[in-house]
Amino acid sequence: MELELRGITKRYGLLAANDGISLSVAPGQVHALLGENGAGKTTLMNVLYGLTQPDEGEILINGKPVKFGSPRDAIAAGIGMVHQHFMLVPVFTVAENVTLGIEEADRVGLLDRRKTRRDVADLSHRYGLDVNPDAMVEELPVGIQQRVEIVKALVRRANVLILDEPTAVLTPAETEELFRIIRQLCDGGTSVIFISHKLKEVQAIADTITVLRRGKVVGQRTPPATEDDLATLMVGRDVQLRVTKEAARPGEVMLEVDGLMVAGEHGDLPVNGLSFQVRTGEILGIAGVQGNGQTELCEALMGLRPTFAGTVRLNGRDLTRASPRTRLRAGVAYVPEDRTEDGLVSPFSVAENLILDTYDRRPYASGLNLNIPAIRENAKERIQEFDIRTDSPGTQAGTLSGGNQQKVILAREVGREHKVLIASQPTRGLDVGSIEFVHRRIVQQRDHGVAVIIVSSELDEIYALADRIAVMYEGKITGFRDPDVPTAELGRLMAGGADGGHALAPGHLPDMDIDGSAAPDGATAGEPEATASQEES
Amino acid sequence: MTAPPPATEPPAPPPGPTENDTQESKHSPFGQILLQAIQENTVTITVLALFSAAIIGGLLAAFTNTGVLHAWGDFFSAPGNAVAQAWDVAAGTYVALFQGSVFNPHTVAALFQQASFSTAVHDGFLSAVFNPLSETAVQATPLILTGLAVALPYQAGLFNIGGQSQFIGGAIMAAWLGYAYNMPFFVHVVVCVIGAFVGGAALGWLAGELKARTGAHEVITTIMLNYVMLYFLAYVLSSHSLMQAPGGSNAITLPITSDAHLPLLAGTHLRINAGFLIALAAAFAVWWLLNRTTTGFEFRSIGSNTSASRVAGMNVERNWALVMTIAGGLAGLAAASVILGTDFTLNPQSYGTYGIDAITVALLGLGRPGGVVLAGLLFGALHAGSPAMQTATGTPVQIVQVLQALIVLFVAAPPLVRTIYRVRAARARGVSTTMSKGWNA
Repeated sequence: MELELRGITKRYGLLAANDGISLSVAPGQVHALLGENGAGKTTLMNVLYGLTQPDEGEILINGKPVKFGSPRDAIAAGIGMVHQHFMLVPVFTVAENVTLGIEEADRVGLLDRRKTRRDVADLSHRYGLDVNPDAMVEELPVGIQQRVEIVKALVRRANVLILDEPTAVLTPAETEELFRIIRQLCDGGTSVIFISHKLKEVQAIADTITVLRRGKVVGQRTPPATEDDLATLMVGRDVQLRVTKEAARPGEVMLEVDGLMVAGEHGDLPVNGLSFQVRTGEILGIAGVQGNGQTELCEALMGLRPTFAGTVRLNGRDLTRASPRTRLRAGVAYVPEDRTEDGLVSPFSVAENLILDTYDRRPYASGLNLNIPAIRENAKERIQEFDIRTDSPGTQAGTLSGGNQQKVILAREVGREHKVLIASQPTRGLDVGSIEFVHRRIVQQRDHGVAVIIVSSELDEIYALADRIAVMYEGKITGFRDPDVPTAELGRLMAGGADGGHALAPGHLPDMDIDGSAAPDGATAGEPEATASQEES
Repeated sequence: MTAPPPATEPPAPPPGPTENDTQESKHSPFGQILLQAIQENTVTITVLALFSAAIIGGLLAAFTNTGVLHAWGDFFSAPGNAVAQAWDVAAGTYVALFQGSVFNPHTVAALFQQASFSTAVHDGFLSAVFNPLSETAVQATPLILTGLAVALPYQAGLFNIGGQSQFIGGAIMAAWLGYAYNMPFFVHVVVCVIGAFVGGAALGWLAGELKARTGAHEVITTIMLNYVMLYFLAYVLSSHSLMQAPGGSNAITLPITSDAHLPLLAGTHLRINAGFLIALAAAFAVWWLLNRTTTGFEFRSIGSNTSASRVAGMNVERNWALVMTIAGGLAGLAAASVILGTDFTLNPQSYGTYGIDAITVALLGLGRPGGVVLAGLLFGALHAGSPAMQTATGTPVQIVQVLQALIVLFVAAPPLVRTIYRVRAARARGVSTTMSKGWNA
């Protein structure tokens, strides 16, 4: 099936979210839509999926114009969509989710469960999707849930599959697996529209790349296009993917974590005997596949999760049992991993969010009274200093784009007295421009003598920022390395290969760059500190 | 090394998505708020909900009237009469409600028929003119205070269904301090009011502390505490050694001494008393607390995002206990306004339906202190006007309760109102919507 969009225009008030967009998707091809957040990618897909009607332009299937009044029409025409946030019923099985809305009844009028299960099994076999029709959706990892969504679309005979930011929730290994599935689908004649703002992924999977900026098509490329070229198209100016920074000048030890153990929800130990030190004026990058205890480590460092054993010292002061407030006051700045859940109060104004952890201190409060003018003044300064794009300090923080929300958090955290900055996944989901901004700010912090910890599952980010890299695996640090270490070596550590005793477990492949040479040798731990955490593993 | 880094960033990139810059609003803050409220439809929806409820209420009043039903029985012989009768009853109902709660022209006429103005004033004819308003204020007072007791914890993300138990706690303290002690005039009433606040606050604190320590859901605990206090009240009123008035078998306390009465505001003919001022002051205090203090900042932050509040170093549990304590105190003040302002004694029915009415008042008031005052006044007016309505058109007083329920029903279902009046869907921020949906812990 050949799909074509001609001159699609969609306006919201004065703003044209889509402005005369034309593109065509050939059968069996992956067409990537690349653009920053707010470039109009999602609007375009909503038009294509019948969720909104375009003001101008037309959609053609096999050369014939069609009109989609609702997703039902789009599905009937063979278009399937996998949303960024899955539309699944958690307490239903895979088979039940797949047939939801197109249930077939047998002669007596009962649900034909057997046929459903057979269909799911067939499809999943044909495309190597490997999903169990009887599994309960809530018990499946996100990567598998995404496959359920794909099966859902395929069962409805989708010839064109729209994937909206499909990798945002996936681990690198799951991403790799998704790419394999996409290729298999294309071999079978299905076309895929792949929406993303990640240059690397688009490069890896797309046959054609259309770049959107501010609602317009600004260019079309076919791989291999250079990343610099694509990034320039996306943001309309040169973006430095690498952060320029001078060599670190580490000072005295500021944060010292020794033998830290943190208990999880299920009686497990997500952080299991972990030690490291961070000095003033250096950035320690904690790399690792997600889910190896990084989240719990950050929460424990902030006092949000009780410490089971071990100590945390800030500038020699023992903070192991301190409350979050005590730690904040002691000089820990924290950029949490989940910014909408832990970093911001969405209905609060930007001004209020900028004082979320200093509201009870001077000059924002005197006694019980809030000092509204001071709060507003602070907001104005921060908005300018951090280039936060907002109508006014009174705008609700929840209405800002992800990049601007992150700027609000960063502005707040580094705006108060602090000695340590802990930033967890600081640029997740941000566009290139915002990533660059955040990275530069973090390096700036280091240069001002702050001890910085970056936790990230993006190796690029770790390489760009870290002066020293620690790799986490199953709650322990498997090694410290300098930032010039090859990717393969980091990958080996991320898979738990510190002492060479572990074979690479399938599904734990942390990065696509790793070749098969995960040799069980070369267990030369980088730095002396590393040995402390390696003793028992 | 700890100072925030100075702004050494290069200037913002010129071509970025800066469409916001052009939309710099130039409205005054108040105009902005009003505009926002209308755009977000919460006010519009509320007004339309009131209107819809009034129409259905009018139909109900008309078609429960036997005269109207007879006329409609003869609809085909005299259709005009049937419609006219129905209209008369419906309109008459609302006119009577208005006369009973706001202003009745007949009282003015009566005033001018008196021989001299001074005797008219002395005989209470002037008071009669203001009696409806006074009654509205009297009825609204406990509704506003209990409404605040629901609205304040709502802002901190808690649902206080325990207005009744907290009211009873306050009522027991107010009555006991009122009849069992003798104190100088002004001191006595102040002590009683503070006592009522403490009595209600204790009950609120109990529910809040249970949630803070054990995670027990406040909806469950407050409902259960309602039963506990209901039977506790029955118990203390049935024992002569506790609060039952000596020498009688009725479940009632001794009347409280006149020194402990809330001072009347407009002469002896009108019941309006200082309780109304307490209610208005409390509403202002709650507004100030929420919007101008660090404590209120914590309340609102926790109510919107508990987890971010924790990360920001706030003590969520302590705030839960605190906000429930203050809310309980507000319900206790409502009890003071009833016991010390109008009833002057305590019996097993003193708590009325304030516990439940409070939720509807808070809901109609969109969970904001100013809105609660307006909603309380509206419901107070409905209560105050209902006897007049019954005498004038024979409409049963229960129609007021139905009307109240209809208003809340429409307010709680904005999509319904939007569909009826084809109001454009607003950005999803309607407080009323979240309030009727969210039992978030």
